[in-house]
Amino acid sequence: MTNALLLLPLGAGLLAFLIRNDGTRRLLLLYTAAGHFLLALLALYEGPSPVCSGSQPAPWFAYDALGLYFLVITSLVFLGAAFFAVKYLASEKRDPGEDSEAGFIFNNAPEAVFTGCLLFFLAAMTAVTASRHLGMLWAAVEATTLLSAPLIYFHRHKRSLEATWKYLLICSVGIALALMGNLFLGAAGLKSGAGLELDTLLLNAPSLAKPLLKAAFLFIFVGYGTKMGLAPFHTWLPDAHSESPAVVSALLSGALLNCAFLGILRAHNICVAAGLADFSAGILVLFGLLSIITAALFMLGQRDYKRMLAYSSIEHMGILALGAGLGGGALFGALLGALSHSLAKAGLFFTSGLVLMAEKTKRIADVKGLWRRAPRTALLWLAGFFLITGTPPSGIFLAKFLVLRRLVELGHYWLAVIYLFALGVLFTGMARVFIPMTFGEREGKEGEKPFTEPADMMLPIAAFFVCVILAGLFLPGWLQRLINAAAGNAGAL
Amino acid sequence: MHTFAELIIVFVILLDLALAVTGSLATCIRIAALQGVVAGLLPLLAGGHIETRTFLFAFAIIFLKGVVFPWLLLRARDRSGAGKEVETLISYPVSILLCIGAFIASSWLGSRLPLPTANVAWIVPASLATIFTGFLLITTRTKAITQVLGYLVIENGIYIFGLALFVEQPMMVELAILLDVFVAVFVMGIAIFHISREFDHIDTAELSELNDWRRPEDVK
Repeated sequence: MTNALLLLPLGAGLLAFLIRNDGTRRLLLLYTAAGHFLLALLALYEGPSPVCSGSQPAPWFAYDALGLYFLVITSLVFLGAAFFAVKYLASEKRDPGEDSEAGFIFNNAPEAVFTGCLLFFLAAMTAVTASRHLGMLWAAVEATTLLSAPLIYFHRHKRSLEATWKYLLICSVGIALALMGNLFLGAAGLKSGAGLELDTLLLNAPSLAKPLLKAAFLFIFVGYGTKMGLAPFHTWLPDAHSESPAVVSALLSGALLNCAFLGILRAHNICVAAGLADFSAGILVLFGLLSIITAALFMLGQRDYKRMLAYSSIEHMGILALGAGLGGGALFGALLGALSHSLAKAGLFFTSGLVLMAEKTKRIADVKGLWRRAPRTALLWLAGFFLITGTPPSGIFLAKFLVLRRLVELGHYWLAVIYLFALGVLFTGMARVFIPMTFGEREGKEGEKPFTEPADMMLPIAAFFVCVILAGLFLPGWLQRLINAAAGNAGAL
Repeated sequence: MHTFAELIIVFVILLDLALAVTGSLATCIRIAALQGVVAGLLPLLAGGHIETRTFLFAFAIIFLKGVVFPWLLLRARDRSGAGKEVETLISYPVSILLCIGAFIASSWLGSRLPLPTANVAWIVPASLATIFTGFLLITTRTKAITQVLGYLVIENGIYIFGLALFVEQPMMVELAILLDVFVAVFVMGIAIFHISREFDHIDTAELSELNDWRRPEDVK
């Protein structure tokens, strides 16, 4: 099963480079995404593979509940993205982009390369969720960076190139630090012969050398934290998210950031098993809060609506880190938040693509009264705003509330106040953007053609939003059990 | 053979200093390649019986770092019209002072780290100093190509660090890491080529259009 999950996108990616016909290639993307999702559901049905007892060598690729949970999120977001991409690529072909700021026409990267990289990117993310060997996990995370860089540079102009370069360099160097962390981790287990396999590390956790383990966690946290977009290592994220096409922004935010979070959770889990829970949890809480505050500060001056969404991603990554650090109910909240945020943010980025198609600009000040030009897009845009800011009922509200409850439970009243204040600032900052964009007084532009809203591009958005609302109303029993089991793999005490 | 390995370590440190003061781009690329090659020789000098896989892997590393990477980078330099000079934001004397300072700090850190006893002297300080030199190249040199070079030097440092800690990774993992580094340099090389075409230069100081507070249209 694991092999099929890895090989399917890999093979399809190779095939995408060979197919000449655009239509066939788009269908290949869609069918591969659907097949991958079915396989992921099948893996979910089979359940997590049994924990290795240590008598036989542990496999490098296998699924525990946590990996399975993130696999399903990744696969679901990718399915939506593939659905959206089919129409998106067709419309890009008909109507090549015009630079919204400099006003010149630019080219797009060849579609075969784009589709191929998209599928390879899925394979790399699948490998991240399946890795049981931390060296392999590292290699897979680095592979996601390299394979997504060409995706960001799909629209070939200066700004996307700048974003691609920053992304490549900052993430590669950041992840190199995670490799140092892996080496420290290997050194910590040298005496007990723990190696770098997750199962043996957890088995031998109490006998790991503590100072080295601390160093390992720090390096791994900084490395994968860079990739996850935690402040102050987040500088690449707003650029990459705002300059890449909507499909790619959605995948980066909805799938890739989670994969980096998974890397941190693995290290946290080992720390908890080794009795260093206070140390690693403290770091998670500190940088989680810092990310939320940073996002709140930067939200206020935003002029570009895709950059604004990127800062909202930094906020949610902060909430995930904070929740994981607080443990208990907050960890459950963080994991639920990972699912809800992925779906809501992917939907919002898709919608931002539609807004861009309708208005041909990313500047917030130039979009007013969207509901007159594209009523259904405007409705989705507004719905997305309420979902992402955590208005009940939504999975995000539940996640934010669980984190808050845990803060109060543990007696961190001041942190709770800061947390609530930052969330309030974020809500206001985003409302200041979303409300005028949707309802403001529309200034008629000369020679503007009427915009027909592509209904089939809205389907995945609406489906994702409904899922987020449902996650807030009632959680099915199997999902609750899965999240609880996943929390067990993520350092729940 | 430990004396020989120690000589290599000293050599690696000297190459760090050379990277900090060299003004010629081509020489810089060759120095980084040389550093990769001598670091690749280290596992062969560990003494005792050398397994075939150690030998093969060392060969792969030396080939990649000594032949493929300099070739890719020199080609990127020529095709992007990068010029011959390394352009820096700080002067060379300051660079070398920073480098020496980093070495002193790494020696102190190396003596404090509770590592399993390393049998080659200075290996931990050398690796940390190399990583620092890589960061120095990335942050204080303006051309895109020197930033890739910095990434490679960091990688050299981490490789030496791995040797110092005796962390054995399975062959597959080592190969996957090596493949990643190779693809990284390859993709960055392509990106440099595009940057030179779009911007007519590869000065990363010009890559500053994307930010939060000041956008070009607001300045006007």
